[in-house]
Amino acid sequence: MSIDPSAIPRFAHGSRVPGWDEAADLTKDPAIVPDPASTPVPDVMRREIEAEMAKYPDTRSAAIPALKVVQREHGWCSPTAIEQAACVMRLTPGYLAAVATFYDMFDTVPVGEHQVYVCTNISCSLLGADALYDEMLSAAGDDPRFNVRAFECLGACDIAPMASVNGEYVGPLTAEDCATIVDDVLAGRPPLEAKQLRYRKVAGS
Amino acid sequence: MKVLYEDLDEPGLNTRAVYERRGGYEMLRKALELEPQEVLDELLASGVRGRGGAGFAMGKKMSFIPKGQMDKYLVCNADESEPGTFKDRELMQKNPHQLIEGIIIGAHAIGANKAFIYVRGEYAHQADVLDAALAEARDAGYVGERILGSDHSLDLVVHRGAGAYICGEETALLDSLEGKRGNPRLKPPFPAIQGLYRGPTLINNVETLMNVPYVLRIGGEEFAKVGTETSTGTKVVSVSGCVTRPGNYEIVLGTPSREIIFDLAGGPPEGRSVKAWFPGGSSAPVLTGSDEHLDLAYDFDTLAKAGSMLGSGAIIVIDDSIPMIDVALKTAKFYRHESCGKCTPCREGTNWTVNMLERVQSGEATPMDLDIMASVQEQIIGNCLCVLGDAMAMPIGSMIVHFRQEFETHIEAMRERAGLGLAIPQVNRGRNAGLGPMREPTGSDPTAAVA
Repeated sequence: MSIDPSAIPRFAHGSRVPGWDEAADLTKDPAIVPDPASTPVPDVMRREIEAEMAKYPDTRSAAIPALKVVQREHGWCSPTAIEQAACVMRLTPGYLAAVATFYDMFDTVPVGEHQVYVCTNISCSLLGADALYDEMLSAAGDDPRFNVRAFECLGACDIAPMASVNGEYVGPLTAEDCATIVDDVLAGRPPLEAKQLRYRKVAGS
Repeated sequence: MKVLYEDLDEPGLNTRAVYERRGGYEMLRKALELEPQEVLDELLASGVRGRGGAGFAMGKKMSFIPKGQMDKYLVCNADESEPGTFKDRELMQKNPHQLIEGIIIGAHAIGANKAFIYVRGEYAHQADVLDAALAEARDAGYVGERILGSDHSLDLVVHRGAGAYICGEETALLDSLEGKRGNPRLKPPFPAIQGLYRGPTLINNVETLMNVPYVLRIGGEEFAKVGTETSTGTKVVSVSGCVTRPGNYEIVLGTPSREIIFDLAGGPPEGRSVKAWFPGGSSAPVLTGSDEHLDLAYDFDTLAKAGSMLGSGAIIVIDDSIPMIDVALKTAKFYRHESCGKCTPCREGTNWTVNMLERVQSGEATPMDLDIMASVQEQIIGNCLCVLGDAMAMPIGSMIVHFRQEFETHIEAMRERAGLGLAIPQVNRGRNAGLGPMREPTGSDPTAAVA
């Protein structure tokens, strides 16, 4: 679906070699709004997306919530997933694909089911987040069940260096914590419960 | 003096029962008895300025919203993505009802019947807390049709984003809320005239809206007595980076910066000193660890006069063990990643700044590249639809100004390590740039002509 920029053949001076975009068939007509008769959408997903659409004066506002629903069910925003969301929302798949590629939390390539976002922005990197990210990669980077990413500021600089493990903020992390996180996630426990942000008290108290 | 952080850790404050026991939703009842104009007058008198970054007076912003019957909207900007900022996260998680109360009062004052809280997608737990609090408020009749028997109705929706820094910019946030890619819009028309779904829209930060019930409780005039003349009230400051006690601290505006960094946050670790600090998130020009800068009063106008800004109130402290080039590169890479690509100066400027900083870091650059970089920053500022490009240009520009000597020393050290000899500014550029033996200057020396 999306194009990996590093996989595009380039000349030494940087221009792309002609024909690099041949995988995208430009002779085909653009996709139209999917036909409900030929696009099966599971009832659970349909109901959930329609409930989101009902919240807004303009149903198109539910684009992000709808994509979240299909991403959760499919594991990533696959062409099928986007088509299903487009079918319920009565939009073209191209429109939703444009939205999905804009936002960092939508995956347009297959990824592991457990997200580990390591914050590598300024405050965290001042306290060694880059080394922590490398550590996290060596602990879980090769495991296909994990999706380890370096993320921009996650808004928890008080527990720097930190990470978001399946949406749960944990920190401040040390190199040893990386292995614990992997163990906890695989065992189905809450990740690193002692260092979870939700239990943290106000600073200075 | 604490307003928002007063007993914030009280167990169960995120439930309606505890919040009401502490006097919650009383101000909502009071506001509904008042005319919208009277509420507006209180907010105007308080002089409370936006806590999200721009520091625009909230009452004034509200008074721009047209009067009369039409579809008006209130949007709470909880897309807190500015590096170093984490105040809204803590406030929403621990005291969601005060935010909801502030939103209802604000919507009453401008006559909006539909309100949204745009929470950034990463704040999953906080959004769940807000949803639970909203359900409680709805059950109690604070949100919905004819609130508490008055004429005012309000529908409130918690909208979760999906991870994009640019969506913290107000018009990009509106586009994102409408289900589009988060690209900023051309201003004017400002959102107060034509915003969400083309209706007049008031957009305010979480902390600003949470101040609203407090302003009504003590009165606008009384509120304005705290702080300085133009920066009234208290501010939650997020201190992070090289300090021993990072966290959110609520201060009275006008407190000396030294007190915040050293007394509250504990200052840099033992044996290190402050080299530089961002006073208002990574978008603010950096200040140095000199006494002159550390003694500045922490309020909107003093920092603006010193060439920086209060921004979102996030102090990031950098100690003397950190090379400035690393910080500059980290900052620039962040903005390159988050630039939406709509305006050329920002899209290209952020990319080329990263490229040039990488050259500085690897020692390929010459001191002249610092001048080119500074001129690129100048060409970004003020030439885009939104201020994302400026948000990179200002800190990078200020780093070149304050730490030029350090950058130059770094370049020379790296060249020497690579065995390249000293950089000769006027020839080591253009097609001659890069790693390789230095060329002798040919022709006339341009610097000689200037002298």
